[in-house]
Amino acid sequence: MLTRLSGGTVYDPAHGVNGEQRDLYIRDGRIVDGVGRSERVDQTVDVRGKVVMAGAIDPHTHIGGGKVNIARTLLPEDHQPHPVKRTRLTRSGVGYAAPSTLTTGYRYAEMGYTACFEPAMLPANARQAHMEMADTPIIDKGAYVMLGSDDFFLRMLASGKPQAEINDYVAFTITAAQALAVKVVNPGGISAFKFNQRNLDLDEANVHYGVTPRQILRTLARAVYELGVTHPLHVHGCNLGVPGNVETTLNTIAGVEGLPLHLTHIQFHSYGTEGDKGFSSGAARIAEAINRNRNISADVGQIMFGQTVTASGDNMAQYRNRSHAHPNKWVCMDIECDAGCGVVPFRYRHKNFVNALQWAIGLEIFLLVDDPWRVFLTTDHPNGAPFTSYPHLIRLLMDKGFRDDRFAMLHPDAQAMSTLKSIDREYSLYEIAIMTRAAPARSLGLTDRGHLGPGAGADITVYMPDNNRERMFERPALVFKDGELVARDGRIVKVTDGGTHTLRPQYDRGIEKSLRDYFDRYMTVRLDNFRLSDAEIENDGSGHIITHPCRPRTTA
Amino acid sequence: MAETAQASRARRATAQTHSSVTCPFCSILCDDLEISNTDGSLRIEANTCPRARAGFERPPSAATPLIGTRPASLDKAVAAAAKLIKSARHPLFGGLATDVAGMRAILALADRTGGVVDHMLGDGMYRNILAMQERGWMMTTLTELRNRADLVVFCGLDVGNDHPRFYERYIWNKESMFELDPRSRELVYLGKGLNTEAGVSPGGRQPQHLKNEPERLIEVIGALRSLLAGTPIQTRKVAGVAVRDLEKLIDRIKAARYAVFVWSPPRLAFPAADITVAGICDLVKELNQYTRCSGLALGGNEGIITAGAVCAWQSGYQLRVDFGRGYPEYDPTLNSTARLLESGDADLLVWVSNFNPDLRPPQTKVPTVVLAPPPAAADRSYDIYVPVAVPGLDHAGQMVRVDNVVSLPLHQVRQSALPSVATVMQSLLNHL
Repeated sequence: MLTRLSGGTVYDPAHGVNGEQRDLYIRDGRIVDGVGRSERVDQTVDVRGKVVMAGAIDPHTHIGGGKVNIARTLLPEDHQPHPVKRTRLTRSGVGYAAPSTLTTGYRYAEMGYTACFEPAMLPANARQAHMEMADTPIIDKGAYVMLGSDDFFLRMLASGKPQAEINDYVAFTITAAQALAVKVVNPGGISAFKFNQRNLDLDEANVHYGVTPRQILRTLARAVYELGVTHPLHVHGCNLGVPGNVETTLNTIAGVEGLPLHLTHIQFHSYGTEGDKGFSSGAARIAEAINRNRNISADVGQIMFGQTVTASGDNMAQYRNRSHAHPNKWVCMDIECDAGCGVVPFRYRHKNFVNALQWAIGLEIFLLVDDPWRVFLTTDHPNGAPFTSYPHLIRLLMDKGFRDDRFAMLHPDAQAMSTLKSIDREYSLYEIAIMTRAAPARSLGLTDRGHLGPGAGADITVYMPDNNRERMFERPALVFKDGELVARDGRIVKVTDGGTHTLRPQYDRGIEKSLRDYFDRYMTVRLDNFRLSDAEIENDGSGHIITHPCRPRTTA
Repeated sequence: MAETAQASRARRATAQTHSSVTCPFCSILCDDLEISNTDGSLRIEANTCPRARAGFERPPSAATPLIGTRPASLDKAVAAAAKLIKSARHPLFGGLATDVAGMRAILALADRTGGVVDHMLGDGMYRNILAMQERGWMMTTLTELRNRADLVVFCGLDVGNDHPRFYERYIWNKESMFELDPRSRELVYLGKGLNTEAGVSPGGRQPQHLKNEPERLIEVIGALRSLLAGTPIQTRKVAGVAVRDLEKLIDRIKAARYAVFVWSPPRLAFPAADITVAGICDLVKELNQYTRCSGLALGGNEGIITAGAVCAWQSGYQLRVDFGRGYPEYDPTLNSTARLLESGDADLLVWVSNFNPDLRPPQTKVPTVVLAPPPAAADRSYDIYVPVAVPGLDHAGQMVRVDNVVSLPLHQVRQSALPSVATVMQSLLNHL
C-alpha cells in the first residue's frame, strides 16, 4: 500500500528542508523516495496548506518506573478532577501531572509525539519501568539507565579499577536493563545521602567510598564515549535547586575535558546568588558556556505555573526540598544500594519570587543558546510541568508579544532580576522542528526517526497553521505512527503498540563472573533474574525491540 | 519425608532441575530456589521454606471447569462466565491474587464492563495506603536492609510464617557491603505476644522486647516522638512500657547509623491502624533530621503488591477502583469487597486466587465465578469454576516485590494444560 501526503509545507531540518511544498510517500510504515510514474498510489491525503513535520520526540519525560507510580499513588487529588472516559477505542484513565500509563500514551500521540524517553530508570527497577512503558500505547519508548550511586560502580572506582573494566560494567548494565543511554543523577550524592551526607559538591568526597562527583562524571562520560553509545552521558548534576549552583554547572562542563555531555533540566542548575534575596539568574553564563563548548547539549526543564509533582532519583535534593511540598506530603526512598528516589508535589506560583524567576531563567536559556541542535524542549515532565504544557511553551518561544505579556504578570522583583524582556528572539517553525525532532533523534542515535527522508519510519505530524502557536501545536490535524493514522484533530483514531529503543554495546563477559559473585554475596536477587530478557519486552508480540548500533571508540 | 541419599540421587538423575527459580508464594519473592521436576511433580532441592513447599509441592491434580457442579469444557465455562459478566450491572473483580499479566487482563475486563476491583487483602493494604496518601513516607528496600541496617525495630510483628526466610536473607545474612557485621545488628520488638526467637543473633544475643498492648502501639510511637522532640513525658508508663525504656530506645535509634522500622499492615489488625502507620512514618521522618532511618512495610502476600502497582499505573489508583461511570473512581471505603457484597452494590463476583486454591471467596448471595488452581474445594460449588495455571510454576510471568521497587521474573518449571488467568480474561473479553 502506497500513500501520498500531498502538497504539505514540509519542515525537515535533518535534510535542510525549511517550509517547502513537498509530497511524501509512505509504504509499509516507512517513508519512501519519489516513486516511478507507473506505480499506483493507493491513497492520497491532501495536506495542502498544512505544516508537515516528523513525529515529535521527547528525550526527557518521567513516564515509567517506581517513582512515577509512587507519585500516582500519593496524589488521588491529581486524578479526581481529571478523569478520562473509556471510548470504543481507548481505555479509561486519569491524571494531570501524574497520568496513568494508557492516558499518557494517548495524550502524547494526540499532541503529535511519537517517541518518548524515560530518563531515570534504576537498574533495580528496570523491569517495572519497562512494564509501565509497555502499557503506554502508540508511542515508541526507551530509557536511560541510572548509574553513579550504585555500590558496585563506586567500589570499582574507589579501588582504582581500570576504565576498560568499568566500561564492561556499564555495557552490562545497559544490556541487562534494556536501556538506550546512561544517566547520572547527583553523582555519588544518592549514595552519600544514605551515609547521612546532606550535600555533596562537585569535589567533595563520599564519606564511605572517598570518591568525588567529578571523578564519577569523568569516568561515566568516558565509559559512554568509549562504548560508542550515541547519546552522551545524561547528567543531572550536583546541587539541584541550590542558589549558586551555576558555578557547579560551569565546573561540571569544564571538568569533563571535552567529552560529550548532555546536561538535563539545566534550568534547575542555573541559579546565582545575586540580589537582595540571594537568588538570581545564571542563564546568560550557562548559555554562553553551551554556545562555546560544542561537546555540550542540554534540555531545559522549563517550569510552568500551577500544580505538579516532582519525581526524581535525587533523594538528597528531594529531602532538602521537602518543606516546599504542596500538598504537604512527600516520599523519599533508599533503593537496593543502587539508587534512590524522592517524590515531592509542588505548586509553582507566578507571584512567588523564586518560581517566577525560575520560569524566566528557563526561557532565557532557550533564547540565549544559539544552536537549537543542542537545546531540547522539555519541562522535565512532570517536574517543571506536565508534558501537556508543551504547546504553551512553544508559543512562549515563538511569540515575543505573548511572552512579554506573561512576563508582565510575574512577581515584580523577579522581573527586575531577568533580562527576558530585552530578548527579541522568536523561534521559527524550522527551529522548533529541530529542537523537538531532528536534534533529539540525532542526539539519541535514532537514525530513522526525527526526519522525513527515504527510509525513515513514517512517524509524521501534520498541523493546521495558526498564528496562535499554542492552538496549532495542541491538536495536530493528523498524526501517523509507523505509517498508520493514529490521531486526527487531536483525537485517537487507532491504537497501536510502539517499540522499545535499546543498545547492545560489546563487552568482555568476564565482568559477569565478578557480578555473579557480588550478587550472590550481597544482593537480594540473582544476577540471572536481574537481567531483563527480550521476551519480557516483547510480551507475546505486543512489544518489539529496536536495537541501535554502537560505534566503539578508543581515546588516547 | 525422609529420603535416603541414594534415592535422592536417583530421583535427581531422572528429574529436570531448575535453578534461580522465583517463589511467588510470599511477597519477598526469593529467587534462589532449586526445583526438580519428576514427571510433573515438583520438589524444592535447596533454599526452601514452608510456604514455598506448600505451593510448589502441592500435588498436581486433574481439573475440569465446572458450571455449578457439572463438568464443562473450557469454552463452555468461559462462555457461561461471559454471559454472567455481560448481564451484570456492576461486577466485582475480587481476590486478585495473580501476576502482572493476570492483573493487566483483569483491569482491561473491569474497564470494559464498568466493574470494580479490590484485592482479598485490601483491608490490610489500605492501612498503608491511607497513611501514605495523608503524609507520605521515607522507605527502604530489602537490599538496603540487608546491607545497611544496624538497628531494626519490629513494630507489632515477628514476621513468622508470613515470610519464613526473612531472617535468613535480610537479618542474619553472612556478610554485608559496608563495615556492618550482620551478627551485630540490634533488634527491638514492640508488642506483647510476639515470638522473638528468630531475633536471637547467631551469637546468642537476645533482642530487646518492649511488651506494649498491641493495639496501643501508636501511644508508644507517640511517646518516642515526644522524647525525640525533647518534650518530657509526665507518666512512668506508656501502654505498659516504662518511659525509662523508651528514653533509652530513642537514644539508641538516634545513635544508629541506619535504623529501619518494620511493620506489616495485616498484622496491625485493629481499628484506625492507618493512624498507627502514619505515626511510625512521622517518627521516621523526624529521626532523619538527626541520622538516617527508613521504614519498610512487609505483608503484601498473595500478589497484592503486584495488583496494586499495575492498578496504579493503569488507573492512577492502588485498587478499590470503580470503573462504573466509564472512568476510574477511587474510594477505599465504598469499594471494599465486604461492603460491595453486603450492600448488594456488586451483583457478580469474579474471584481470582491464582496461588492458593484454599483462599476462597467470601460467602455471598451474588453469583460467583472462581478462577483458581485445582483442586476446587469439594465442599462448595460456584456458578462457574475455571481451573487455572499457577504463575511461576506452570507459566512464566512477573511480580512486584514487597518493597514496591524490585520486580522479578517468574519461571515455568512444569508443563500444564491449564490456561493462565490472563488467557481466561482475554477470552472473556473476546466474548463481550
